[in-house]
Amino acid sequence: MADPTSISCEHLTFSYPGAAELALSDVSLKIPPGQYVGVVGPNGGGKSTLVRLLNGLLTADSGRVQVAGLDPATEPFEVRRLVGVLFQNPDNGLVAPFVEDDVAFGLENLGVERAEMRERVREAIASVGLAGYERREPHTLSGGEKQRVALAGLLAVRPEVLLLDEPTAMLDAAGREEVLSRVRDLAGSRTVLHVTHHLQELFDADRVLVLNGGRLAADTTPLELFSDAELLRENRLVLPTVPKLAADLGLPFCRTPEELAAAVARRSRDGVQAR
Amino acid sequence: MTFARGVGQFYPVESPLHALDPRAKVVATALFVVGLFFVDSAAGFLAAGAVTAALVAASRVPLGAFLGLLRPVLFIVALTFVFQVLFLREGPTLLAWGFIEVHEEGLRLGLVLAARILILVTAAGLLTATTAPVALADGMEDLLSPLKRLRFPAHEVAMMMTIALRFIPTLGEEAEKISRAQAARGADFEGGGLLKRARALVPLLIPLTVGAFRRADELAEAMESRGYRGGVGRVRYRELRFRARDAAALLLTALAVGVAALL
Ligand SMILES: Nc1ncnc2c1ncn2[C@@H]1O[C@H](COP(=O)(O)OP(=O)(O)OP(=O)(O)O)[C@@H](O)[C@H]1O
Ligand SMILES: [Mg+2]
Repeated sequence: MADPTSISCEHLTFSYPGAAELALSDVSLKIPPGQYVGVVGPNGGGKSTLVRLLNGLLTADSGRVQVAGLDPATEPFEVRRLVGVLFQNPDNGLVAPFVEDDVAFGLENLGVERAEMRERVREAIASVGLAGYERREPHTLSGGEKQRVALAGLLAVRPEVLLLDEPTAMLDAAGREEVLSRVRDLAGSRTVLHVTHHLQELFDADRVLVLNGGRLAADTTPLELFSDAELLRENRLVLPTVPKLAADLGLPFCRTPEELAAAVARRSRDGVQAR
Repeated sequence: MTFARGVGQFYPVESPLHALDPRAKVVATALFVVGLFFVDSAAGFLAAGAVTAALVAASRVPLGAFLGLLRPVLFIVALTFVFQVLFLREGPTLLAWGFIEVHEEGLRLGLVLAARILILVTAAGLLTATTAPVALADGMEDLLSPLKRLRFPAHEVAMMMTIALRFIPTLGEEAEKISRAQAARGADFEGGGLLKRARALVPLLIPLTVGAFRRADELAEAMESRGYRGGVGRVRYRELRFRARDAAALLLTALAVGVAALL
């Protein structure tokens, strides 16, 4: 396909039935294939609403959505074949009583031929590091493992776009890293839209969208967002500890303690020389 | 409060019974249960009981699991037995003591019913213990699918079974968590009479129900976004194959229950 955009929204507006406020108002954006895009913003900002509009779970009141050249409102099943969504609570996303059956669920729905289904299920389970877990029951898994099962279920379908709606919100630090490192490794050439409240998850993102009160408050890069104190405060975003310390010390963006230490050392050395 | 597994749950070991086609097992169980209602002689029950015991042994499911299955129905069995013995006053009197009279027919029917219930529950337990839940749901879908023409939602029923099986343990864990939280605030689930205990359950059931509805919402979204749209165009991951051994199992069951009914 010659279409250079993977996701596009034009003047997208949506309100939930009976709600007084708009959940999304006049949101326009274009995302090229392969971009890793973070989505942040305060509670109720409209992040989950955007995700639901992108795969046809909701239909816009006005404006246009296109995903991989298709309109999710009119062709939801075609779009869902190309878009995988990872939700917040893995406990409520797994359908089948065994891991392998759950990973197969999307393929079953697509009517993939059985021999290929088996192959893809095996591959997907191995790719998230859960080989040997095929016959485990979801309720015996840790949160991170459940979320990896859910991820395997998406990858088995081989989507072009991954929508992640706070996939780590219910996980502890170890589970979070477990899931995100898999996402990073497996995203490959896919377009990823990653909704999160943890800015540290977006250090490597190509781009960050800020949604506040249903409006697109900013469409920027992580580095610019992290160094814009005003923008952060307006959208109730909190920098992770290390970049926060760097900012407080008036240093440029630092992601790891080592970078921070080096920056501090450099400044004190330069400071001594200047004196 | 613990929510034991065990009752009618799958027991994943390898055995000839586990290897059978779930459809064959469902039909065989149905045959056996229906046939059991035509058994009425001591010899017949001995035969049916012996067959059931042999199958339990062949299933390689530990005996404890079946005894656990029988424990809750023992009360019903005892009650039925006592009822028949005390109130059915037909045939020669075996024992008379004040206003208590035991007649031959009462004792006979009491024993028949007790044997019937015990064998029936064990047979049903054999089915669920040796059949993976997904396979059971798939088998039911196939068996019910002729009814699709009468608009019976065979696929949906099977899907509901699968989801129920998936969420029973999850809801059980949640119930346990809530009841622990309530107990920490002084709720008492164990003591008191039946009514008091039932009332103590209300603060447990309300959050559990609310939680279940929220789960249902999220589950529906997840299923839809994974392309679910009912049974049309769907290919099942597991393949069911009806082999010669399944036919043999069906035939043997029919034969066994037929003989027991004639004895
Ligand atoms: N099912 C619903 N029915 C009615 N209103 C809703 C529903 N879901 C969300 N809203 C409203 O729509 C607005 C946007 O909500 P949305 O869930 O998209 O926010 P969000 O950015 O995902 O927030 P969070 O960070 O809390 O997940 C909020 O004002 C919210 O109250
Ligand atoms: Mg949300």
